[in-house]
Amino acid sequence: MTVMEQRGAYRPSPPPAWQPRTDPTPLLPDERPYRVLGTETAAEADPELLRRLYTQLVRGRRYNAQATALTKQGRLAVYPSSTGQEACEVAAALALEERDWLFPSYRDTLAVIARGVDPVEALTLLRGDWHTGYDPYAHRVAPLSTPLATQLPHAVGLAHAARLKGDDVVALAMVGDGGTSEGDFHEALNFAAVWQAPVVFLVQNNGFAISVPLAKQTAAPSLAHKAVGYGMPGRLVDGNDAAAVHEVLAAAVRRAREGGGPTLVEAVTYRIDAHTNADDATRYRGDTEVDTWREHDPIVLLERELTHRGLLDEDFAGRVREDAEAMAADLRARMNRDPELDPMHLFDQVYAETTGQLREQRALLRAELEAEQQDQEGGPR
Amino acid sequence: MTTVAVKPATMAQALTRALRDAMTADPSVHVMGEDVGTLGGVFRVTDGLAKEFGETRCTDTPLAEAGILGTAVGMAMYGLRPVVEMQFDAFAYPAFEQLISHVSRMRNRTRGRMPLPITVRVPYGGGIGGVEHHSDSSEAYYMATPGLHVVTPATVADAYGLLRRAIASDDPVVFLEPKRLYWSKDTWNPEHPTDVEPIGRAVVRRTGRSATLITYGPSVPVCLEAAEAAHAEGWDLEVVDLRSLVPFDDETVCASVRRTGRAVVVHESGGFGGPGGEIAARVTERCFHHLEAPVLRVAGFDIPYPPPMLERHHLPGVDRILDAVARLQWEAEG
Repeated sequence: MTVMEQRGAYRPSPPPAWQPRTDPTPLLPDERPYRVLGTETAAEADPELLRRLYTQLVRGRRYNAQATALTKQGRLAVYPSSTGQEACEVAAALALEERDWLFPSYRDTLAVIARGVDPVEALTLLRGDWHTGYDPYAHRVAPLSTPLATQLPHAVGLAHAARLKGDDVVALAMVGDGGTSEGDFHEALNFAAVWQAPVVFLVQNNGFAISVPLAKQTAAPSLAHKAVGYGMPGRLVDGNDAAAVHEVLAAAVRRAREGGGPTLVEAVTYRIDAHTNADDATRYRGDTEVDTWREHDPIVLLERELTHRGLLDEDFAGRVREDAEAMAADLRARMNRDPELDPMHLFDQVYAETTGQLREQRALLRAELEAEQQDQEGGPR
Repeated sequence: MTTVAVKPATMAQALTRALRDAMTADPSVHVMGEDVGTLGGVFRVTDGLAKEFGETRCTDTPLAEAGILGTAVGMAMYGLRPVVEMQFDAFAYPAFEQLISHVSRMRNRTRGRMPLPITVRVPYGGGIGGVEHHSDSSEAYYMATPGLHVVTPATVADAYGLLRRAIASDDPVVFLEPKRLYWSKDTWNPEHPTDVEPIGRAVVRRTGRSATLITYGPSVPVCLEAAEAAHAEGWDLEVVDLRSLVPFDDETVCASVRRTGRAVVVHESGGFGGPGGEIAARVTERCFHHLEAPVLRVAGFDIPYPPPMLERHHLPGVDRILDAVARLQWEAEG
């Protein structure tokens, strides 16, 4: 019934959203982060999956170390490391099917490469030779998003569009604890719930937004609690427990795919490194705190489980190490070559068809470059 | 074949027809915004679309402009062609981050791999007696953002033709609809709507020899009226309707100014940092030796948009335009 039809006789008829939920899935998250590793349920975890997670975790850690080293050598403009958060990164990528979409933030290069994106192309933004180096459609990975939470509504829109087209596609969007304070976080979750869009939101709560601790970011009992207000389930998971993060995300993806709508997952983790190489973390946190979290390391946790189940034989562990080293060596070799830069490309693809204004400016730059070259060759100007 | 009598139509009706025809022609076109469904939009521009195409093609969204544009980005990524309605000029500001940080840059950021064919319709400008936040001229903000097209119609026929072009464009287009022209009428046949030139072409609305009035959107009829009034005072004014602020049609504008040797830029937007400064600079840079006088600007004052009972003092009117024309150093001709 439309508002117009309701005129005359006033009969309050609550719109659907006000009706009691019929879905029995609880909205409230567990009181404590869900864990698998080190608990009884660990025995049920698929060994193949655990080995895949482990392979990617080791690779991810190596990637973070290599990229940080490249930054110190001046090969990257900046690198926001996800060391300590590898379980979230890797589980996010592995929870998705090939046809699904990933919407990463700038710290999520590990998830991006775990989706299959070339490790060098994933660093284009941070090297600074272009913005997005990879084709988003090749692996269904949206560009790394720098403005916080702005990628979340994109994920909702894409998931919504896929459903409208009858495609069986889920979008997984990644954001940090700081990002949950942004307006776009709220709007994205609200749109997703209203449209019942097949989207999963993964909040990596790594304790800090650069220097600002979570206590200054929110008064909510947990970030997962925020889901309740939108009418979607919130899930709280140990973000350093790769098996747990994968299980929770895979369930949320399944629920979305089956038409159950969105889920908000908060993964509690810790950023072992500073915000970026340009940050000084000693100004806002102590070593003891970092050391405590090092004991709860995602790789160590998984190694313990694999060893316990006899899945980490020397042969497998060696292959994992070799794979990570090979990736790092390739990354090093390719990143140590200067990227090919063509300033004339600056004017490409600003519009589908270059405007007259930009053609004029391109001509100006071309003349400047020619003059520069003549100067270098010592010829007359 | 039956002949349809050509009746006067309003700009709002032409816009509705453009949306309807675009939706019929292309199933990927989706209209979304606040109150665009059941109500048909506060200006009734989306009237009947939800009924004809269903609520999934013409969608009442939650009331959140950043969310509307942000989700439209995702829809465009997946091959849809969203047409977003911002309810009023000043209500579009929450969507600025999405517009500036993503919509305008996505094509360039991805080297053309991920174009975003999104049309953002924004009713803009004053003159309708709107209270605060309902009458802003926000075009300068959009013009200052590379990657966006900024288009605004001044006639019924252009409203149809330019909106069809905007929706068909593979680039994001900010489509500024002059509110006070929504109810302007013209003889226009919706069954045989004429196409317009591609986005980026200005048009000479009135030819003249004395001076050129360069204008767009809501100020076009005002300039035409001023040109009629100027005739009595012996000035034969040319009126150029820009139609598109980005891309800017230097060719048409400069050809006119070279013919007349004098120019006044007219718009509702504030003068300082407004479109007129850019236009005057472009004209001066290109036509300096043809100019008999400095390029003048007639613009809104550099004040927050005034309350409705005082807005007539703010908006450029015929008298203010004629005063500017009078200051174009005619005495030098001797």
